[in-house]
Amino acid sequence: MSYFRTVLLVAAKDLRTELRSREQIVTLLFFALLVLVVFNFAFDFTIIDFVSLGGGILWVAFIFSGVLALGRSFQIEREQDRIQGILMAPVDRSAFYLGKVCATFLFMAAVEAVLVPVTVILFNFPFGPRVGAALLVLVLNTLGFAAVGTLFAAITTQTRRGELLLPLLLFPAAVPLALSAVRSTSHILAGRPFDRYSSWIALSGAYDLIFLTTAILLFDYVLDE
Amino acid sequence: MPARRGILDLAQTILFVIVLVLVPLCLYVVFAVVPTESRMGVVQRIFYFHVPSAICAFLGVGVCAGASALYLWKRDRRFDLLAHAGAELAVVFCSIVLISGPIWARPVWGVWWTGEARLTSTLVLWLIFVGYLVLRGSADNPDQAARWGAVVAIVGALDVPIIYKSVAWWRGLHPRVLKATGGQGLDPTMERALMLCMLTFVLLFTYLIIQRCRLGRLQDDVQALVHAARRGSLPAART
Repeated sequence: MSYFRTVLLVAAKDLRTELRSREQIVTLLFFALLVLVVFNFAFDFTIIDFVSLGGGILWVAFIFSGVLALGRSFQIEREQDRIQGILMAPVDRSAFYLGKVCATFLFMAAVEAVLVPVTVILFNFPFGPRVGAALLVLVLNTLGFAAVGTLFAAITTQTRRGELLLPLLLFPAAVPLALSAVRSTSHILAGRPFDRYSSWIALSGAYDLIFLTTAILLFDYVLDE
Repeated sequence: MPARRGILDLAQTILFVIVLVLVPLCLYVVFAVVPTESRMGVVQRIFYFHVPSAICAFLGVGVCAGASALYLWKRDRRFDLLAHAGAELAVVFCSIVLISGPIWARPVWGVWWTGEARLTSTLVLWLIFVGYLVLRGSADNPDQAARWGAVVAIVGALDVPIIYKSVAWWRGLHPRVLKATGGQGLDPTMERALMLCMLTFVLLFTYLIIQRCRLGRLQDDVQALVHAARRGSLPAART
């Protein structure tokens, strides 16, 4: 049981730190909003249909702010030199990994929770009655992104070119998630039936399972001994 | 040690001689012996380099991933050298595939690039292993480079089939064009030429990977000497 307790403690620590300073969440939100605004100017939505582009725009905003969240997630540990304490703790290091994944997931979820209504307003678009499916898409894809991203961020934040390396490694690895997320969201925005995108959701679920497991197994090798 | 090194040297020399013979033979067969393809014309001959290069790229990825897993398990430096060599060759051969492909595609399909599954996933594979090499270069010490590289290689290799599937669902496969040259009534001369080229490329790959591993080992030796020199414990020079 102490494994799960550790996971919750790590996640709670990150959340509590953030609730006190609120600096990270505000940065993430504004960055994601700016991405949306840029897209608002980038395409002429009187001519182009938002339905076909909306999924892509949303997920670009989520992914870019997600990369920021990931980088920051480990940077703060390094700043306070807390890594030593973590390495000395008598718990499996993967518990620390899962705690970080939870925290990152929650930060990204917070951004998404704000951004989706804003998108509806900014682009004048109803998200439709498929809230349950939309939530499933958001949760599964954000989780997968947080899972692989946390593993890579743990590595790249230990290097000098970390900020460049994280997207370089993460974006190609997260291609299936990006595809699944954008396709599912596009189908939802277009109001298409669930079985049109159920296989994409299954793909995301499988991806999450495979890479969470892999990362849990591999995380031991990531932090310096 | 000297006896084992002797055998490896011999094997490598034999391999080198074989490759030295096969490569010109291959070139001769591809340009002088094989008939010109009826539909695509002369540009189709790229096929004899493009397909074996793709095989070698995937071979490199497999070697890298396998050696990475073995390294994490056994912590033997030799596995790490093999993984690094495999990744470098994978990037090289993948680059050949990505360059030769569009050169072939333009006259035949009319476009340099399509968003098709095989093309896109090859590009993403290339990106993953370029990232692997950049990451290794950014590590502060060989142990870090080895561990991190291994993690990225394993994740990357696991990801490749998933990427392929997801892009295939998204774009659909180009069924006719790619298969037409591969399966459908390939002229026996062409088939034999392709087999010859495959053999040549795979042997070349093997030779290159052995060379690269030995180079890595030499680099390690140099580093060890540098460290020893800094500590002042350099072995006395032979006169």
